[in-house]
Amino acid sequence: MGDHVTEIVIFTLLFLLVSGMGFVAARWRAPKDMEHLDEWGLGGRSFGGWITWFLVGGDLYTAYTFVAVPALIFGAGAAGFFAVPYTIVIYPLFFLILIRLWSVSHRHGFVTPADFVRTRFDSPTLALLIAITGIVATMPYIALQLIGIEAVLKTMGVTGDSVLARHAPIIIAFAILAAYTYQSGLRAPALIAFVKDTLIYIVILVAVIYLPYKLGGWGSIFDAAEAKFTASPNPNDGITLNANNQLQYITLALGSALALFLYPHSITGVLASKNRNVIKRNMSALPAYSFLLGLLALLGYAAIASGVKPLPGATEGTVDSNTVVPLLFDMQFPAWFAGVAFAAIGIGALVPAAIMSIAAANLFTRNIYKEYLRKDATNAQEARVSKITSLVVKVGAVACIVFLDPQFSIDLQLIGGIIILQTAPAVALGLFTRWLHRGGLIAGWAVGMAMSMWMLWQIPNPANGKAHFGGSAFPLSDFGFDTKRTIYVGFVTVIVNLLVAVIVTFILRATKTPDGVDGTTQDDYFADEGDPRVDQDVAAAVDHKSST
Amino acid sequence: MADPETPKAVPAARSDRSPWNWLLLIPIVLPVLTPLFNHDSPRLWGFPAFYWLQFLFILVGVTTTSIVYQMTKRR
Repeated sequence: MGDHVTEIVIFTLLFLLVSGMGFVAARWRAPKDMEHLDEWGLGGRSFGGWITWFLVGGDLYTAYTFVAVPALIFGAGAAGFFAVPYTIVIYPLFFLILIRLWSVSHRHGFVTPADFVRTRFDSPTLALLIAITGIVATMPYIALQLIGIEAVLKTMGVTGDSVLARHAPIIIAFAILAAYTYQSGLRAPALIAFVKDTLIYIVILVAVIYLPYKLGGWGSIFDAAEAKFTASPNPNDGITLNANNQLQYITLALGSALALFLYPHSITGVLASKNRNVIKRNMSALPAYSFLLGLLALLGYAAIASGVKPLPGATEGTVDSNTVVPLLFDMQFPAWFAGVAFAAIGIGALVPAAIMSIAAANLFTRNIYKEYLRKDATNAQEARVSKITSLVVKVGAVACIVFLDPQFSIDLQLIGGIIILQTAPAVALGLFTRWLHRGGLIAGWAVGMAMSMWMLWQIPNPANGKAHFGGSAFPLSDFGFDTKRTIYVGFVTVIVNLLVAVIVTFILRATKTPDGVDGTTQDDYFADEGDPRVDQDVAAAVDHKSST
Repeated sequence: MADPETPKAVPAARSDRSPWNWLLLIPIVLPVLTPLFNHDSPRLWGFPAFYWLQFLFILVGVTTTSIVYQMTKRR
């Protein structure tokens, strides 16, 4: 590993710098009282335009995205570019949804999407389902951030033979991360995001100018990719889409867009902003990251053009395609710049991992601990439980990577994106209408979940010989259609979920089943900074008023 | 809302309604129309149409959300 010394030194220095920042962050915009979930878990709900841009950008565009999307392009071509339409559609789609969510959460002090559902639909059961779905979907996502770091470490040759030696650097990195998240809460990733994103922007801009210069221009890079795909036996790769994967491309982009802002960690980032205008402004500023992601995705083609061969995977005979971008930097750039690039990816994993663990911890605290275990928990107790839970969540994520096949986490994350979509009718539609009955929403969720599992079970992956959970592209021929087209599983199941919710709502209305009391008022959805907050004891009065 | 401290905080019914919101549909629909951009030519700086058109759609998205924000923000 001698020739990687420069890279390792730069990586370590930058890593230590942000770790220091993580601990100092507790004193940044210091709160009067850190012993409150609003402070630890939402940074005081005070972030302005710039901080929100860095925080949410660092939160949505994760390290795993940055290694996995180019890897997908490297392997399959145009189909992997879905990440761009996905991140275009998402902002106009959520523009009007997120401001309503922010307003009602501001007024009622909601910290999680499940908090909102509980008050809106007067159903602790539905809220519990939303919370569990959120936690289950987030856990593997945290584990995947470790895969991002691991891809970088592998490329630098920091690997050992025993299980412990191989994972020691990751365990140390996560222990540091856990410590400063425990201390500083959401302020830590918010501060670190500045460094991470600045590094990422510099690295990508240099790469997209310098690499074509070295490899003979973008034209020849695309030609090299096309030559590779023409030679491959796979009928569905290529630098443009074919007749069979266009529907998958569209539905995957739409479905993923709808899912992303339903993830608890995205909502945490949004609720931490200080007013509605900050959110609206960011809906037009965040696409800067989409541009970056698009350029980064194309590095997958640059890797083809420069003849990158991915490093071997965890099991015999497989390759770890996540290593293509790190390898490309290792191969084409001077060691010090590759070191900066690796640090950008490594630190890039820390920001979302911190926010995700905070979001999962908040869900546990608000919707399980306070709801079922200790109804009279004080604000300070809530904050303490959340801090401890965030540690547990991180230990779980590290354990997943150390003791299980990383493929397991990738499968779980695939499932996660689809199950989080099943919360859309309650969380997203629920912000606009209370027409759907809580029983209907629960039934829709259950059917959507079951159907998602069944469909994913059916999908094989011939590339790595897996019989089940091989991807999210469901062949329509399995439904009996005479076609080779495929469709994104989540897109189908969320529609079925909604249909079931509507039908069951009709039945429950016909049978006059009580559907509880709406704890929110029409005006709550338009509240802004400076509007009065509803405290615990005032909430009862509002509940009473809205029910009359 | 009966809040004794800030009676003036509740003006006439507020709303997010605005005809400008319709603009948001453009960047949602455009990226879904694959037949529109699923081509290799014309190339731009070596980029096949499939890629540079989708990069262009990012700008369309930014433009529309910016217009909607400017036209609907509260003063």
